[in-house]
Amino acid sequence: MNDSPLLPLFGYFALLSLFAVGGANAAIPEMHRIAVEVMHWMNDRQFADSFAIAQVSPGPNIIIVTLIGYHVAGFAGAAVATAAMCGPTCVVAFLVARTWDRFKEARWRIAIQAGLVPVSLGLIGASAFVLARTADHTIYAAIITAVTAFIGFATRINPLWIFAVSGVLGMSGWL
Amino acid sequence: MSAAVAPSSSPKITQPSLGELFRAFAIVSVSGFGGALPWARRKIVEQKGWMTADEFNEAFALSQFLPGPNVVNFSVVFGSRFGGAAGAAVALAGLMGPPLIIVLILAVFYARFGDLEMLSRILVGITAAATGLLIAVVAKMAMPLFRKRWDWAPPVAIAAFIGVAILQWPLPWVFLVLAPISIALAWVTR
Repeated sequence: MNDSPLLPLFGYFALLSLFAVGGANAAIPEMHRIAVEVMHWMNDRQFADSFAIAQVSPGPNIIIVTLIGYHVAGFAGAAVATAAMCGPTCVVAFLVARTWDRFKEARWRIAIQAGLVPVSLGLIGASAFVLARTADHTIYAAIITAVTAFIGFATRINPLWIFAVSGVLGMSGWL
Repeated sequence: MSAAVAPSSSPKITQPSLGELFRAFAIVSVSGFGGALPWARRKIVEQKGWMTADEFNEAFALSQFLPGPNVVNFSVVFGSRFGGAAGAAVALAGLMGPPLIIVLILAVFYARFGDLEMLSRILVGITAAATGLLIAVVAKMAMPLFRKRWDWAPPVAIAAFIGVAILQWPLPWVFLVLAPISIALAWVTR
């Protein structure tokens, strides 16, 4: 145990963050490969449990890397893994955002921006569709999805209470 | 389009302070069970009026095509626009700080009590609701797009949806094919 696990932890997640186009869920299989198969940081069961805890927690699902880091090297591991997953991509995002805002009036920038919006929207719609197909196994779950969609679209009610109700319904085995 | 982006010509848009940026993103992330996008739009467009519906669509589309987690990128893009490097750092800290603490507390509890059976049942319920909220935000984000006379935009959005959701093609491929077409159409029709 001469080698600190912090260095590979940082290296793998920093690299992964730069190639993870399509959000946290697209990166999960690669994380599993690294954490379970390549580095043997955790077993399948522990990875699945970390995934479940990250999903139940509020905030970006990418928070699963915090749990992997914590499992490997305690609080230092949690901090290093999180920083690695956010750091490099945030620097890129910052540099692009600055350039983007500087060329606000440029025709190429306006065309790229306007062109990206409908593609982005279609992809978000697709992830909603995929999520609905995996989440709504029962008619009750589908009803919760439909009711939440209606309330979210047509009213200004804070949807947080629906989350509480549906969490309790799920816990009691209704869904 | 470009006129609406200039701050001087859109008096309804207010500027957040650094403290407000931190608070807003902390609230978004702590409410954001099963995805923070609906909560980010609710806070920024509907409650605070820091961006118009169009500006939000554009900033989020940009964040989505940068490498890394979308909402994390969005916090940096949004924060830097309103507060430079400090704004980006503050928005990111607000987004990542509270969930980091919460998830570690959960992990410690889980290590001690470990009832994931119950946790996964709760998750089934929360995911059903989160899916509904995501559908609602897609509908809201689609409205400015389908209302305008950009005739090419709705077909591109629908093609991206069909490619990934129905035909189940890999997302990077769909993007690599559709994005250049869409940008070219935006260039030509302007």
